[in-house]
Amino acid sequence: MDMFLTSIQKDVLREIGNIGAGNAATSLSQLLQKKIDMEVPSIRIVALNELIEQIGGPEQIIAATVFRVEGDAPGTVYFIMSITEAENLVHELLHDNISIFDSETMKQNEMATSVLKEIGNILTGAYLSALSDFTRLDMRPSIPYLGIDMAGAVIVDGLLELSEVVDYALIIDTKISSNDPTNGINGQFFYIPDADSFNKLFSSLGINGHE
Amino acid sequence: MNKHDQIIKVGIADLNIAKAPDKIRTSGLGSCVGVIIYDEKMKLGGLAHIMLPDSQQAKLTNKNNYKYADTAIQILVKKMLRHGARQFALQAKLAGGAQMFKFANGNDMMRIGPRNIAAVKKILAQYRIPIIAADVGGSSGRTIEFDPATNRLKIRTVNKGETFI
Repeated sequence: MDMFLTSIQKDVLREIGNIGAGNAATSLSQLLQKKIDMEVPSIRIVALNELIEQIGGPEQIIAATVFRVEGDAPGTVYFIMSITEAENLVHELLHDNISIFDSETMKQNEMATSVLKEIGNILTGAYLSALSDFTRLDMRPSIPYLGIDMAGAVIVDGLLELSEVVDYALIIDTKISSNDPTNGINGQFFYIPDADSFNKLFSSLGINGHE
Repeated sequence: MNKHDQIIKVGIADLNIAKAPDKIRTSGLGSCVGVIIYDEKMKLGGLAHIMLPDSQQAKLTNKNNYKYADTAIQILVKKMLRHGARQFALQAKLAGGAQMFKFANGNDMMRIGPRNIAAVKKILAQYRIPIIAADVGGSSGRTIEFDPATNRLKIRTVNKGETFI
């Protein structure tokens, strides 16, 4: 993978993140009947350890839905929430204050995890279909895999089990959030295209090659 | 020396060593395997956070040798010996090799955790380093911390709390 991107390439990747997350934010907004904001995506090339630091460090407990993207431009997509935010989302949707981890057995609540999986499915589906329309590339998500555990374990395993791992990843990082002061829901999308997928993304958008 | 006891942190696909009273830890092991190699008498312990079983299978030209079981253990053993550990006295403890996601397609080729564990065991056997204790497999992430003063390995998981091996 070329470690340097031209500014045009960065702009295009940012736009990809924008379109994808915009669509996902709309879906979430409809589900929750709430206003959902999104941030301007950031495009970064990071080492794996840096990526995990940005989520809050390897021990941070996260709820991550992981998808493998199949088709013309394979890659991995994560939708990541903190455990509190994930719980807020479950409460909001079920109108029931269930916890993700049972306080006695520390087992994961099946209702909560299936809700999270379904939300992840809807949001990532929205994200990918926008992307696929924009690039006119075939992109199909695998079924969702939900991991609620330490960030290091979940992120690394998503990449390891699903794709050929590289030392650096290009990430398209987009945050969506409801600006509710008490029950804030923030989610973060990471789209990590496989090394071979960049050229396909760029050439489908007519900006292949370098400046 | 007035230095505080330090905890030396090891990242993903990384390795280092610690001498008592320092401790050494790595966080968020999933299918990765944390290998501790230590010399009890010298109060010296090394830790490698291994991601993949075999450097020979990697397609990358620019490989990070700390990432693979074969190369990382080799480097760690050399580093230990250089810092005063004795080859015959080396012992090992292992943790990690979990399976974080239950993938629907039961492709065994993809089960990285068990492959990592098998590779680490094989390489340690080649170096004749006995495995004294291990906490491997399962489906939980682990954070581990080794204390070369006591040779105890602390293992923390999200739902089982702390245990020692």
